[in-house]
Amino acid sequence: MSAPFAAKRLGKELQKISNSLPPGIELVSADNFEEWLVDIRVLDDNPLYRNEIYRLRFRFSSTYPIEPPEVVFVKLPDRPIPIHPHIYSNGIICLDLLGHQGWSPVQNVESVCMSLQSMLTGNTKNERPPGDEEFVRGNRLRPRDIEFYYHDNDV
Amino acid sequence: MDTDDDFMSNVSSDEDMIQDDSDNEVSGDEDFGFDDEPDVYIDSQKDVEKKKAAYEVNYKVYQPSDVQKQQDDLVNEVNMILDISREEAAILLRHFRWNKERLIEDYMDRPNQVLDAAGLSQSSVRELKIRSVPGFACDICCEDEPGLESFALKCGHRYCVDCYRQYLSQKILGEGEAARIQCPSEGCNLIIDARSLDILVTPELTERYHELLHRTYVEDKDNLKWCPAPDCENVVECAVKKKDLDRIVPAVACLCGHRFCFGCALNDHQPAPCELVKRWLKKCADDSETANWISANTKECPKCNSTIEKNGGCNHMTCRKCKHEFCWMCMGLWSEHGTSWYNCNRYEEKSGVEARDAQARSRISLERYLHYYNRYANHEQSARLDKDIYHKTEKKMVQLQKESGMSWIEVQYLSAASQALQMCRQTLMWTYAFAFYLARNNLTEIFEDNQKDLEMAVEALSEMFERPITSLADPKLKVEIMDKTSYCNKRRVILLEDTAQNLAEGRWTFNTDLIGSSSNGGPSVRR
Repeated sequence: MSAPFAAKRLGKELQKISNSLPPGIELVSADNFEEWLVDIRVLDDNPLYRNEIYRLRFRFSSTYPIEPPEVVFVKLPDRPIPIHPHIYSNGIICLDLLGHQGWSPVQNVESVCMSLQSMLTGNTKNERPPGDEEFVRGNRLRPRDIEFYYHDNDV
Repeated sequence: MDTDDDFMSNVSSDEDMIQDDSDNEVSGDEDFGFDDEPDVYIDSQKDVEKKKAAYEVNYKVYQPSDVQKQQDDLVNEVNMILDISREEAAILLRHFRWNKERLIEDYMDRPNQVLDAAGLSQSSVRELKIRSVPGFACDICCEDEPGLESFALKCGHRYCVDCYRQYLSQKILGEGEAARIQCPSEGCNLIIDARSLDILVTPELTERYHELLHRTYVEDKDNLKWCPAPDCENVVECAVKKKDLDRIVPAVACLCGHRFCFGCALNDHQPAPCELVKRWLKKCADDSETANWISANTKECPKCNSTIEKNGGCNHMTCRKCKHEFCWMCMGLWSEHGTSWYNCNRYEEKSGVEARDAQARSRISLERYLHYYNRYANHEQSARLDKDIYHKTEKKMVQLQKESGMSWIEVQYLSAASQALQMCRQTLMWTYAFAFYLARNNLTEIFEDNQKDLEMAVEALSEMFERPITSLADPKLKVEIMDKTSYCNKRRVILLEDTAQNLAEGRWTFNTDLIGSSSNGGPSVRR
């Protein structure tokens, strides 16, 4: 599988999102076709996320978009990790569409950002996933190698 | 655990009789012309046919050619009954997960729908083609040049052929899927039918694709499982269902000599049921036990929070890091202790009492765990060493033949003893994991007696087995070893029979819930 495959697609995506992006999504950097940074914020008045901006890091393999990108929240002084029952405090996201089973090559950076926006918007629980502390302490794996149980679809 | 694999698969096939049969001590005796109960062999043969022991399950081992033949037979049968080509019959059978009865029934009722669902209907044959559609833009690569070749399933989600092939090669080579690949579109669950795959799959992928297709036969059937031993291609058939696993431990032995549990494919873990094994292994692997130890044995410096283990001395603590001085008992400032040096009488407060109780409880539960874990780990390690012993035995046997002038058959008792040791240690190891989860009652007393008897027999045999080669030639010791080997095997059978019977009748009380599996959303790590 060749790198130009991913590069071609990402080039087109970049072209499209440099022109216009949905509200609340902002491209921070896309200097290459391996790693992009995007800022997102929640559009409604959910008190859990009000006035906060969150930083997402996308990492693309050479087989993107056949394989999903690795997407995590990153922590910076002014960019916290959003509190959510599917987001670990180290930024790792448990979302089926980012796993091999749930991913579709039709998805793209923009659609992933929008999914995450709505995942935050719809949340009312001010809590981390069960076992967060233990997971964050013990995890040495990259997100793609973790097998999540996608047990509830209502959050 | 890996090492069990090794020694189990090293055991060559001529030893199977000893491994497989409940009446192993009898068949063993037969071999060595040492038979104190001459009629038992025949009787137990009958017994085996009449009724299996409680800890044994019925199973069959198939070689790759048998599996192929089963598939071919099914295909031929459907081919004749439904009057369709063999290729179509195979596609339909896979579509119905090899459920022949359902296929025939459904096909008789509504043939067109069935053909359609499997991608075999006339209309789908006409439609499912690679073609170029004017004005088409591929949603995967965003390519839109005119004349781009594309493909769509019945759902109409159209992608360019290149992307489709990339997608398939990822699914086939990367994820090992073949018969259940879905349309690449998001949320579209339409499975790509075999005919479409044949159109799209490139020659490099064909071989792997057909191999995977072939395998779906075993994976689709609940009563079939691959032997998990490395490089073994055999398949085991066993009727034990997943829901029965809290009542039975289905240990099976492949023709390659590997003994494994049909329920979870781990190495044979009788007498402990699969769910307990899963929990035990997780418990042992988790560093939650480390945390448990820390909580039982250490406290934190009240000032800088460094973890401190007190390994002796008086209660006057000085933190090595921050030089904070405090009392180990009440965790208060040492300077407030005034004249009562080396003695703390300040902890009458309720919170202090509660804290100490919590610490004591934690320590007791930890000690209980360690009791079982140490014994489990000891047998695991000994079982590992048995692998070496087995190799040493072979050498010993050759040496013994040379030195004592015994024939090959006369030294086989050493090989039998070595295998008995391996098997019994494997069983003993899991008795400790099992016991950890048992709630105490009269049954556990019997269990522990059985465990003790087996353990003592095993240790005695182990000791004899390691005597110097010169004394092994002593006919008296030979008889003793043979007796002990037979006794060990007998004790093992008694222990397994007792636990299996109680398990089948649901008489054990566990201090944990066997059914409620722990899949509550936490991440699990792929092994």
